[in-house]
Formats: sequence, structure tokens, C-alpha cells
Amino acid sequence: MAAGEARTRHVARSLLGRALPVVGVAIAVSLFEFASRSGLVDARFLPPASSMLGSLVDQVADGSIWQPVGQTLQGWALGLGLAMAIALPLGTLIGSVFLLFMATRSIVEFLRPVPSVALIPLAVLLFGAGLESKIFLATFAATWPILLQTLYGVRDVDPVAMETARSFGIKAPQRLRRVVLPSALPYIATGVRISSAVALILSVTAELVLGAPGLGQEINIARQSGAVELMYGLIIATGLIGWGLNVLVALVERRLLHWHPSQRERT
Amino acid sequence: MLRVEHVKKVYGEGTRRPFEAVADLSVTVSEHEFVSIVGPSGAGKTTLLKCIAGLLPQTSGAVYLDDEEVVGPPEKMALVFQDYSRSLYPWMTVEDNVAFPLKRRKLGKTAVRELIQDTLRSVGLGDAGAKYPWQLSGGMQQRVAIARALAYQPEILLMDEPFASVDAQTRADLEDLVLALRDRYGITILFVTHDIDEAVYLSDRVVVLTPSPTSVAEIVDIPLPRPRDQVETKELPDFARLRAYVWRSIKRPEQSATALA
Amino acid sequence: MMRTPTRGIRILGVGLEIAVPIGALALWAALTRDGSSFYFPPLLDIFRTFQETWLFAGMGTDVVPSLSRLLSGYAIAVVAGVVVGVALGSSHPLRRMVDPVVQFLRAIPPPVLIPAGILVLGVNSTMKVALIAFVCLWPILLNTIDGVGGVDPTLRETARSFQIPRRDRLFRVVLPSAAPQIFAGARVSLALAVIMMVVSEMVASTNGIGYFVLQSQRTYAITEMWSGILLLAILGYVLNALFLLVERRALRWHRGARTGSA
Repeated sequence: MAAGEARTRHVARSLLGRALPVVGVAIAVSLFEFASRSGLVDARFLPPASSMLGSLVDQVADGSIWQPVGQTLQGWALGLGLAMAIALPLGTLIGSVFLLFMATRSIVEFLRPVPSVALIPLAVLLFGAGLESKIFLATFAATWPILLQTLYGVRDVDPVAMETARSFGIKAPQRLRRVVLPSALPYIATGVRISSAVALILSVTAELVLGAPGLGQEINIARQSGAVELMYGLIIATGLIGWGLNVLVALVERRLLHWHPSQRERT
Repeated sequence: MLRVEHVKKVYGEGTRRPFEAVADLSVTVSEHEFVSIVGPSGAGKTTLLKCIAGLLPQTSGAVYLDDEEVVGPPEKMALVFQDYSRSLYPWMTVEDNVAFPLKRRKLGKTAVRELIQDTLRSVGLGDAGAKYPWQLSGGMQQRVAIARALAYQPEILLMDEPFASVDAQTRADLEDLVLALRDRYGITILFVTHDIDEAVYLSDRVVVLTPSPTSVAEIVDIPLPRPRDQVETKELPDFARLRAYVWRSIKRPEQSATALA
Repeated sequence: MMRTPTRGIRILGVGLEIAVPIGALALWAALTRDGSSFYFPPLLDIFRTFQETWLFAGMGTDVVPSLSRLLSGYAIAVVAGVVVGVALGSSHPLRRMVDPVVQFLRAIPPPVLIPAGILVLGVNSTMKVALIAFVCLWPILLNTIDGVGGVDPTLRETARSFQIPRRDRLFRVVLPSAAPQIFAGARVSLALAVIMMVVSEMVASTNGIGYFVLQSQRTYAITEMWSGILLLAILGYVLNALFLLVERRALRWHRGARTGSA
């Protein structure tokens, strides 16, 4: 009897455990809903969650959301892609050549923490208020994390692994491909994960500040035309995109790094 | 002084696969006694120790310390874990690590300082107080953990495979250190190990456990003379005999029982 | 992967480390000297304008408002993030419940909240401080929850077995142990705070460095614009350097422990 009872308790607990994230989201959404409906916050400025989500659903249903989503994602993809194309070879090179590392160190250390949004005015001057500016800003911002992670990853390759490869007479290009890059991969993956988020932030910012077409611009227009629910619906959409990209990058990272201890522990 | 009565521990009760770590275990330790618990690996030794220490609630049965039932960690008891690198706080100096448990004992500042100095000196680390644990070797870190336990002034010291992660020479030194400290501070020690030599060398009695679900296979008296010595004691024919006996008792619990009869 | 460089190479390296940035600046100055490019005014003019604009005329009107918004918003986020994070991180069911919500809020690209901020709070300093605090909260909160949830069980058990009181367990065991992760979150938040400060001033402000930079561009005061960019660059660098200084002091044991135990 006691065992059966313990068993039901356990089953209930594990079901509850699986439901917890859902419960958490439900509580957060209903708190939001309640605050607005009860007049705790002004519904003109912070409408109930249901109407925000409703306007998002409408946008999806009539298809009008897809164009700005596509434009924002285009900025993200081109920015991140260009950043990788620049930072991976450059990071590998700087990381492998000591003198190059020393020569670029102070410049990199100074430029890295520079807030990339400071370059918005320069981007307008050079490229106008369109896609080029968006890509310029996203690329500039996304380059640093990948560059630094690649650089330190390459510098951190275990000397024993290198000596082993060298002692077997493996040539330099092979060493780069089979030893250096795989062992720098965890670092690079971290850099790409950070850069992905950064590229999205800069794309949306360019849309918001410069009026480049995309979700950021739509949000601005919605506010100016008093479409409050639509504005929140679009903000939620950017959050979902950001979250989706985080999940995507994490998935790719896990596939590429399945051999790495940090991933093994997780399973 | 310590009574463990019919302790049983089942993990994951009610799940599809409950795991019975400790079946039904009773043992007593008298004052000033040195008792070792040995058993094959995976025999629930750590589980048992955590139940005794009041860190883990047992499924049934009870533990008494000086006739008081243990429900949480008792104040008369101190614990030394196997994994010194994880039981010492890396953000505190050696001195702070030793002092940390003493904060709620209302001792004066000078009294605390003397106590820390005294215990650190007694484990041979009189001048390492200002260092951080990670600046010390593994053996030295375990000395710090022992000093911390001693400064807590317990009546009984529980040690969970404390020397399993140090090299052989350090291990012998630490074994002798524990014996010397036991004489000096007059404390009772319950010592968990998987090393039979170590158990026989240190103990008054050795409790041999069965594989899990664990219970007591046998309790072996160790009438070797004290003080013990790494070379002389281990040369004694009795030592070899006891060692072999415990060894067989672990490998084949039923047969050793008949061999004794 | 590098072979240990010889002494001569190492000295040459240090020389390069100093010479290259100077060389780069000199090259920039030489290339822009004749003022033929409209977008890239002479470097020396930028420096001169920088001095005239910021030392110390623009300090009170633009730099102080910007920095005070940034720091108050950031401070609120750090305190709130750590306090709430410790509370949530100590309970496993709570942790699982809030995780998707926090993950979502963290994933919103911060600047899109500015229109909402304008709507709810208006175009003022409170709005900017509130937005900076809101945006900076999530990385700190998330990392605190993770850090507190990940305290080594042996450390916890040691504290319990010695009957360490609650307060000490929190301040001397849980928080120090979670500190490396909390700092990592705080560092991400600091970068977000700077972004939010600049962008919110660009979009909705009549003062502040972000406002100044964009306004200069719109009125084609290119040298002023460059001086503002330079100021933001220096601010970003200094804030980051200060943060690293604090972190290095607070986590001295962490660096040692990692290399020491290896």
C-alpha cells in the first residue's frame, strides 16, 4: 500500500516537473493580463497580454509580419556571415603569429569595448539609411566577439597536441585543419553565440534609429500611429526571434561539439 | 557514544526503479574508539556516513549520539570529506576556512586565533594560515580540512575516504597524523575507507560491509598493539593475518564466516 | 599552439605593441591631413574639437546626464538581479518555472523596448533609467540563478555539517561561489547599458552624448560627430577597464583556484 502511494506521489511529481515551465509562462502572462484589466497599469499604454498576442496572431494570419521579419533576419544573417568571414581567418592568423598578436593587441583591446551604436551616425554618412548601414553596423559589432574568441582559442591549443602532430610529421595546413581548429572550436562557438545576439540587436537598432526597413522600423511606425497593441505584438515578435536564434545557435553548437566535455556533461 | 540502529536508506522511493543503498545496518562506536568501515566500492559507504552525519534522512531506523537522536548535523560531530578541493572554500584563506565554523561559538577573538594557530600547528601547517587552499598541495589541503574539523572541537570525527586522493607517501604521513591527533585530542573517530591496509592499521575495530543493499557482514576486532608504526606494525604476523581475514570477508562474506567457525 | 618565442622576438613584440597603434594614428593623421575627404576630417581637427567640446564644456550638459542615467539604471539592475536571482535560484521548481520567461525577456533586442518606454513613461530621464535597468536585469538575473543553483553540493554539505548559520551560508558560501557567473552576467549587462544609453538618447532626448552625436551628423558637423564617437569609444573602454579591475579584485581567488588545481 505504502509503496503504491509513494509511486503515485512520484508520478504526480514528475508530471508537475515537466509542466513547471509551462506553468511559469502561464503565470507571467496572466499577471500581465490582470495588471492591465484591473486598471493597475494604464491599458492605453500597456494593454492586456491577450490583445498584444492577438495583434501578433493577426499579423501572422494575414501574412503582413513576414516581410519585416525577413528584412530583420537578412540584416542578422548578412552581418553575422560577414563577421565570420572576416573574423575567423583573421583570428586564426593573429592567433598563430606571435608578432602579429603583439602588434594588433592594443588596437583590438581598445576597439573591442567601443559601443558599436556610436557608429550609427558614421554609417548613415557612408551608406545612407538602408540595408548597407544595417549590415555595416551588425558586421562591425559581431566581428569582435568571434575575432577575440578565435584568437584566444588558437593561442590556447594544447602544446602537447601540437607536438604530437608535429612528431608524426603532419604538415602545417593539416595541423591547422585537424588540430588547431577543432581544439579552438569551443571558443569559436562561444564567440558565434555572442555575435549572433549582437548582430540581431544592431540590425533592429539600425531599423529603429535610421528607419531601415524591418521590424524595428515597424515598431516605430506602430507607436507613432498609435497602434499600441500592434507595437507590443511586434516587440514580442522580436523577442521570439531572438529566442529562436539563441536556441538554433545552441543546437548547432551542440552538434559540432558533441565530443567536447562541456557538452558531454549536459546529457 | 554513537549508536546506529537498523538504518535503511532507499533512494527514489516510488519510482519505477527504487535503489536500496543501505538495507539494515546497526553498529555502535564507544568513546575514544577508532572504528573503520570498509566495503567494496559502490557499497553505500558514503550514503551511510551522510545518514550518520545528519545530512541525509534515512528511510527508517535511527542514529543516536550520546543517547540523543540525530535529526540534523550535531554540534559534537565534525566531518572530513574525501574531496578536499571541493570541501574547502577557495575564496577563503586557510585561516578563514578553519575559523568559518567557529563564528557562532561565542569564543573571544584571541581564543579563536589561538585555537586556529594551535590546530594548524598540530597538523603541521603553522605558517600556512594566510595562504589560499589552492596554493597548497593535495595532502596539505586535506590537513587544512582536518584542522578545520579539529578546531570545531567535536567529540566524534567522521572521515569519508579522506586519503583516497593523495599519493602513497602522503597517505602514510596523514594516517600517522590522524593517530597522533586522536591521542592528543582524545576524540572518537569513525573512518570510512575502501583500503583494507589502512583500516587494519588505524582501527580498534573494522566493520566490513556487504555489497549494496548494504548491511554489516562482519565486525573484526584489531588487537594490534599501540602506538602503531608504519613499518613495525605492518611487519607483525597478526597484521598480515587480520588483513587477509578482512580481505576474504569482503570478497566472500559467507565463506569467511564459516572459516572462522 | 605557438612555440615559446625567444627573448629577441619577445622584445620585438613589445616594441610592436607600442609602435603599431602610434603608427596607425600617425597614418590616419597623414591620410586626412589635407582635409580633402568630407567624411574623414583631419585627425588633429577631431582632437582639437574633442578638447573644445568635451573638456569641459560639454561635461555638464551631455556627459553627466548620460553617465548618471547609465549608472543608476545599471546599479538598480545589479541589486535587483542578485537579490531576486538568489531567491529564485535557491528553489529548483521556481528555477524551472521562471526559466522560459527570463530566457524570452533576455532575448528581446533591447532597443525595441524604447518605443514602449516612450509610450509608458514619456521622453524623460526616468524612462531611460527604467529601460537601462530593465534591459540589464535579465543577464544578471539569469546568471545569478544559474550560479546559485550550481553551488557545489560538497560545499553546501560542508557548511551544513558545521551548522553554519543561514546568513553566513548566503554571504560566505553561496554568493562567493556564484560570483564568477554573476560577474559574467554583469559584464554583458554593462555593454547593454551603454547601448541603451546611446540609442535612447538618439531616439528620444534633447541632451546626452548619443543625442549630440546624431544631431552633429544631421547638421553635417562632421568633426563634432567624430569627437562624440571618440568620446563614446573612450567611455566604453574606461567603463570596461573599471569593470575588469573590480572583477579581478573580487575574483582573485577564482583565477588562482582554476590555475592552481590544474
